[in-house]
Amino acid sequence: MVRALRSLLPLALTGLTALSGHADTGDAQAGEKVFQQCKGCHQVGAGATHRIGPHLNGLFGRKAASLDDFEYSKSFERAGAGGLEWHAETLDVFLENPRAITSGTRMSFRGVKDAQDRAHLIVYLRQFSDNPADIPEADPTAQAVDHDLDPAILALTGDPEYGAYLSGECTTCHQTGGSDEGIPSITFWPEDQFVVAMHAYKNKQRNHPVMQMIAGRLGDEEIAALAAYFKDLEN
Amino acid sequence: MTFNRRTFLGASAVVAAGLAAPMVRAQGKPRVVVIGGGAGGATAARYIAKDSKGEVDVTLIEPTRTYYTCFFSNLYLGGFKEMDDLGHTYGGLAAGGVNVVHDWAVGVDRDARTVSLAGGASLPYDKLILSPGIDFVDGAVEGWDLSAQNAMPHAYKGGSQTELLKAQLKAMPEGGTFAMVAPPNPYRCPPGPYERVSMVAHYLKANNPTAKIIVADPKAKFSKMALFQEGWNNHYSGMVDWIGEDFGGGNVSVDPAAMTVTIDGEETKVDVCNVIPAMKAGRIAELAGVTDGNWAPVNAADMSSKADPDIHVLGDASQQGDMPKSGFSANSQAKVCANAVRGALTGSKVFPAKFSNTCWSLIDADDGVKVGATYEATEEKIAKVDGFISQTGESSDVRKATYEESEGWYAGITADMFGASV
Repeated sequence: MVRALRSLLPLALTGLTALSGHADTGDAQAGEKVFQQCKGCHQVGAGATHRIGPHLNGLFGRKAASLDDFEYSKSFERAGAGGLEWHAETLDVFLENPRAITSGTRMSFRGVKDAQDRAHLIVYLRQFSDNPADIPEADPTAQAVDHDLDPAILALTGDPEYGAYLSGECTTCHQTGGSDEGIPSITFWPEDQFVVAMHAYKNKQRNHPVMQMIAGRLGDEEIAALAAYFKDLEN
Repeated sequence: MTFNRRTFLGASAVVAAGLAAPMVRAQGKPRVVVIGGGAGGATAARYIAKDSKGEVDVTLIEPTRTYYTCFFSNLYLGGFKEMDDLGHTYGGLAAGGVNVVHDWAVGVDRDARTVSLAGGASLPYDKLILSPGIDFVDGAVEGWDLSAQNAMPHAYKGGSQTELLKAQLKAMPEGGTFAMVAPPNPYRCPPGPYERVSMVAHYLKANNPTAKIIVADPKAKFSKMALFQEGWNNHYSGMVDWIGEDFGGGNVSVDPAAMTVTIDGEETKVDVCNVIPAMKAGRIAELAGVTDGNWAPVNAADMSSKADPDIHVLGDASQQGDMPKSGFSANSQAKVCANAVRGALTGSKVFPAKFSNTCWSLIDADDGVKVGATYEATEEKIAKVDGFISQTGESSDVRKATYEESEGWYAGITADMFGASV
């Protein structure tokens, strides 16, 4: 009996660990309160129109940057062309830190850091999509997960000399002059945004295959070195 | 006992090696000579000059004053680019501190460490970087040699040959036949011949829709094969007849005077014939004695020649392992080489080698595809780490974004090679 309990214990612990990153299913009413901080730019519900950001009706299952009558940033258009669709999981990553998914957009919002608040918000937004019921084919009602980077990674100080060498791999495609045609500019980025974006490629939260491959083999120190180099690169 | 030049130099080289304070010169700056101003050579020259901040004397030898990239030249054939879009001058490199010499390198004396030029000058070096691109293997396609390149262009070096092929394409009679003799592996730009087929088909579809394209190929499969074949079916149905190795595509002869191509015993009269022969390292690599067979073997860690530690070989001419011969690869190798050469000459920090490559191809307007990989240096070779390829059946949005990305890449790599335009 004791042996049996012992053998069960690791399983139980594993289960707990896996669950501990999740918030409970959200609540739409609570989500409406969280949405207050979005309202300055986004409308949702009957009669919603585009403001600084697009309206959020019918968001679930929609491809990013796919409303014809809204003028999206290049970064959102690239994400959409690359296959980003809005579902509970992608919204959860995006809402936690919008800059993990897109860069240089008008969405100058630091993110909803609390996983439970995000779960509420996602349930609230989901009401305004066509398939609000919990059916197996549809998005599950939101369960938020913690994704944010380990603060220790963000705190690393990069070696700009190493970054200068590593940057050679970037500048075959990205122009140091800062052009944004076809391929985004990567100069003068704040270091933390650069690090967040590169880790988002590495963790496959951003969907570009070349960048997933390039970032995939960069270590934490190397990403920090590149961020240190590019933050004040002069032409 | 008589001393001939060779034994004398050999003896003094041994003495010098015995004293061996590496690369510290009694007087003057250390000297790097780079032969070839393409994706490998221009990049290496620019990076060494830029990063050494005047501590190294860098000379680039390149015969042409305007360099026309071979990459993107198919887009010129398809009507997506003008020739001027592909031309680049060397003013940006000169302004960046590189001594640009427009001349042919005709010899390398490895004992004396000098490069002789067609114009008569002799340039001393401490490190020599060879990035001469490709030449063609004599007798690779029966009936074809360089004297036939006007009747049957290769168009596999950017510039006049590309313009010639375009002129011949435009002059094709209605319902005529365009033939291509594709090269055996390894060769420059693995998807290049098939992107060219796509661009020729794009032109013909709009201007000469009953024309046909025949490809005789000594290979059974080729780069991005599924993607190209899907694209040919979707956009140019019935126009392209690809004859691979299994159907005798490797058994080819041409007659430039009669404008015929014979594939596996069957002779066809054609209107245009694009012969892309088997390739080898640019001639100067052979003259320098660093080739083994058709290519110049190098050490993966720093692209140094296996025959001579003071010579580095970049890009298409090198035999390095898993990387495809491409402008992107040459540019990537050049940065690893520049870092190592500068370290050897000035004592600057040398970081571990990292390589990458991506090749974009255009199949039709806004239908771009790509393939890429990352690589690392091992003891034996440059070895592939990870890779990806576009998928068949991708949405038109993805394909359009891929094409736009390739345009961004072209602007990026040419700025990286030649520096800011002046």
